[in-house]
Amino acid sequence: MRYLPHSPQDRSEMLAAIGLHSKDELFAQIPESLKLRGDLKLPGPLSEPEIVEFFQAAAARSSREYVSLLGAGAYSHYRPVAVEALLARGEFFTAYTPYQAEIAQGTLQALFEFQTLITQLTGMEAANASLYDGSTATTEAALMAMRLTRRNQLVVARTVHPEYRQVLATYVGHQGTRVTEVPWSASGELDRRELEAAVNPETAAVIVQSPNFLGVMERMGEIAEFVHRNAALLIVAITEPLSLALVKPPAEADIVCGEAQSFGVPVAFGGPYVGFLATREKFIRQMPGRLVGQTQDTEGRRGFVLTLAAREQHIRREKATSNICTNQSLCALAATIYLCLLGEKGLKALAEQNFSKAHYTARQLARAPGASLPFAAAFFNEFVVRAPGDAEALLAELQREKILGGVHLRRFYPELEDHLLVCVTETADRGALDRMARVYARWAGHSPALETPARDSTTAKAG
Amino acid sequence: MKNRIRTARPHVNRNEALIFERSTPGKRGVDLPPLDVPPASPREALGDSYREAIEGFPEVSELEVVRHFTRLSTWNYGVDTGLYPLGSCTMKYNPRVNEAVARLEGLASDHPYAPEPLAQGCLEVLHETARCLAEISGMDAVSLQPAAGAQGELTGILMMRACLAERGNPRQYILIPDSAHGTNPASVTISGYQIRNLKSNERGCIDLAELSRAMTGEVAGLMLTNPNTLGIFETQMREISDLVHARGGLVYMDGANMNALIGVARPADFGADLMHLNLHKTFTTPHGGGGPGSGPVAVKTFLEPYLPSPTIEKLSDGSFRLNHDRPKSVGRVRAFYGNFGMAVRALAYILANGAEGLRQTTEDAVLNANYVLARLRDVYDVPYDQPCLHECVLSDRRQAARGVRTGDIAKRLIDYGFHPYTTSFPLIVHGAMMIEPTESASQDELDEFIEALRSIAEEIEEDPGFVLKAPHTTRVARLDEVGAARKPILRWKP
Amino acid sequence: MSYPTELLYTKDHEWVRVEGEVGTVGITDYAQKELGDIVFVELPRPGDAVTAGESFGTLESVKAVSDVFAPVTGTVEAVNAKLQDQPEMVNADPHGQGWLMRVRLANRAETEKLMLADTYETYLQEAKAP
Repeated sequence: MRYLPHSPQDRSEMLAAIGLHSKDELFAQIPESLKLRGDLKLPGPLSEPEIVEFFQAAAARSSREYVSLLGAGAYSHYRPVAVEALLARGEFFTAYTPYQAEIAQGTLQALFEFQTLITQLTGMEAANASLYDGSTATTEAALMAMRLTRRNQLVVARTVHPEYRQVLATYVGHQGTRVTEVPWSASGELDRRELEAAVNPETAAVIVQSPNFLGVMERMGEIAEFVHRNAALLIVAITEPLSLALVKPPAEADIVCGEAQSFGVPVAFGGPYVGFLATREKFIRQMPGRLVGQTQDTEGRRGFVLTLAAREQHIRREKATSNICTNQSLCALAATIYLCLLGEKGLKALAEQNFSKAHYTARQLARAPGASLPFAAAFFNEFVVRAPGDAEALLAELQREKILGGVHLRRFYPELEDHLLVCVTETADRGALDRMARVYARWAGHSPALETPARDSTTAKAG
Repeated sequence: MKNRIRTARPHVNRNEALIFERSTPGKRGVDLPPLDVPPASPREALGDSYREAIEGFPEVSELEVVRHFTRLSTWNYGVDTGLYPLGSCTMKYNPRVNEAVARLEGLASDHPYAPEPLAQGCLEVLHETARCLAEISGMDAVSLQPAAGAQGELTGILMMRACLAERGNPRQYILIPDSAHGTNPASVTISGYQIRNLKSNERGCIDLAELSRAMTGEVAGLMLTNPNTLGIFETQMREISDLVHARGGLVYMDGANMNALIGVARPADFGADLMHLNLHKTFTTPHGGGGPGSGPVAVKTFLEPYLPSPTIEKLSDGSFRLNHDRPKSVGRVRAFYGNFGMAVRALAYILANGAEGLRQTTEDAVLNANYVLARLRDVYDVPYDQPCLHECVLSDRRQAARGVRTGDIAKRLIDYGFHPYTTSFPLIVHGAMMIEPTESASQDELDEFIEALRSIAEEIEEDPGFVLKAPHTTRVARLDEVGAARKPILRWKP
Repeated sequence: MSYPTELLYTKDHEWVRVEGEVGTVGITDYAQKELGDIVFVELPRPGDAVTAGESFGTLESVKAVSDVFAPVTGTVEAVNAKLQDQPEMVNADPHGQGWLMRVRLANRAETEKLMLADTYETYLQEAKAP
């Protein structure tokens, strides 16, 4: 076995040094009746080329040949080569949690930089060193707000990512917490009147996503004012933080949390990703997750340590602020490297490209007879389009053009039958976008239930 | 004193500033391709919400970024650097092929909402990983959704609750031995249960009489780690699980220490009803400086209906699909399907080994821990004196008499070129030194490690003050943790 | 440090100074030494009810969190707000400026069960003996 450093002779020598005669004696403390009889039924062993071949075969049965316009909490962005090159350094990825600060300053300083970048982007005063992902970060934010306010009800916009709301429900479902959902208005924004009806003196927090799951940007100032008038906290969840390069940060919020996958972390079928959570300085003792703090050594040199650890499970045990043990250090490192590479100007330019491409696409699609953009509010790189006809059939047709044309919102909101959530990042080139618009135009007027549309891929590709 | 290391050579990269301090306006590390559509004006569309600047954001060139992070990396110690005997963390070699296959286009690029027919490769990887983990644990069904061990625990306890609630009463308490990891009580509390601590017996194991007293009709079950955090197998495991089951409870096993058992014994066979595994411990997915992890839950058939939604199914035609229609599920614990990239790596590890390789791995891990124990027992106190499995726990009792504690010895080990063992855990051992060499340590490396610990013991006799000030060779000396906690500085400010 | 005679002590190493219907509560010098450098103090809010023998807050050192138990039952009148910024006062002056809270006593008779300074010192001596 190529990963094991012992030779057969090493093993015998070491057994002898312990005073044992056979390797089976190593397991003498396990009663015979509890031992496994026979071998595990597993594939392998495989050599390295065989392993590569196995996974290449799996990778081939994927959508890698397709242009993806899927977003909905997982965003395709170009990842500069330097991100991967630096992540591949074994000193980073084969290290443990930096409890021994003197030999973990690399991880610690990088995480301190991550925390700083997140506060700069979100307009908050303190950020943690990452959480599992956006869904758990949002849930942790809700739990934190309930601790801070000592209240036990939550008000959540229905336009918060549906899977985030499901995770929240799993965590608070058995604690008697009431979660009230607030619908969207005609513009796609949070329905203010419904919000006002939902908040009561037991409301710990109002959770709003922006851009929300329909792609729409919420006007946070007005919402914050109302929430604070009710002595509740405002939690803003963000699934596409690239938007923060163009939109003012939700500085009125009490907690800003979300998903930083967009920053240099691959889409990878849903994970690993990198959740973030940022808040005001006065709330840091109630924050979940690891925190890196600046300090100095006995010689007065600057250094970094994990700090405020007394909030955490390994010390506080059943009284911990969260049961979280690992964070997503390596993904946070990826995000840090990515953001440093892009810098302020690069990030802004990239966000503008996303904005322009999404708006271009929205205009083109909406021109097709029967198609429309149902929500009028401002959006960033993701928007809802009402398909001209049967959305499932339209998506299938787009697939024939090697385009993944969006997420059919019916799966999350029954009332949004034939509504597609389309995300356009810098990775989609104009050729594909125009091809999609042509499919829409061609589709309009067809009744797909009766007629199979013409499949003329040569014409489509000539664009 | 012959091994004493007083200074290390200065490192040219020792003074790397924060990236924000290296920033100069007007620089960037990437150039974008030209925009291929007509530009739209976000300023116009967003009005008052348009953001002019990101205050303090770094502006640096690509080379500066590469140097910055390369330098930071040299301040870290990783498994690639040397022995990392951190007890209960299983710091084993992270095979390079795992990293390569996890980055293959198609696996690293597929979207979680891609149509199922176009995600068959990813679904197969998840399904195959789950199948292998079921075989290894002896369980019947596995969900890869939990993002880490602690989330696996939470998921498992919620499943216990759902199952017992359906039987008529979810009950109120969970029993946890006093030797348990801190995540156990934290996860239980978040699941809405209360803890009852079980005091260990003189072997450091569960005391059957104590268990029998505690296991009442109000108790939902027992959460245990086996082998426990002393690296000792619960030899009365059968009696323990029979007792819990007879009183209507369930047995949850924390699989943190599975590196001691793979191919030798299976939790389902010795009475566990459900468990979680740590792909980042036992199955070589890298720790990454503190994550990402992955904490799949494995359960017996009767608990399968409660697994997080969705599950992955293999159809009769050989294709795979996601099943969201699971009315009894505890719900979702994470968006999408868990840390997929970690499943790719774990499967690559299992495939590389096969059954035979995994069994050999277990044997080597246990051999290494016992070798360390055998060769240090005359110098360091062994609080629970018996053979161990994959890790051994010593204590600083003898050295404490000279004023040197486990944490100080750990810091001095750094000067000898090793990562320290786990200090001060498990809590039932005062001054614990918890050593888990894993199978990745060669005999030579173990010998050097053992010599280092023996040499430190001598130093403590001769000059304890010197050890108390260790480490002496690192980029920074001991850091002021009290100051950091009293006046937290959590971000850079201009 | 000697233990002031005007204070009453618990076996959990808290003290209370009773003045009329109000008791001021803190931890003993022995307790602060055991805990080490205190980095954060978590206290109840005025108006909260506290019960003798039950936890009313926590003291954090870098690597430990300890519950503090109320010596008396009653309603919190005030907490020592200075400790938010200067938790080190608990270490520096545990029986004085490092006080934790003031409680309006619900039952004065409870204080009769508490130890006097000399009894507490004997208790500490016995606890230290092997």
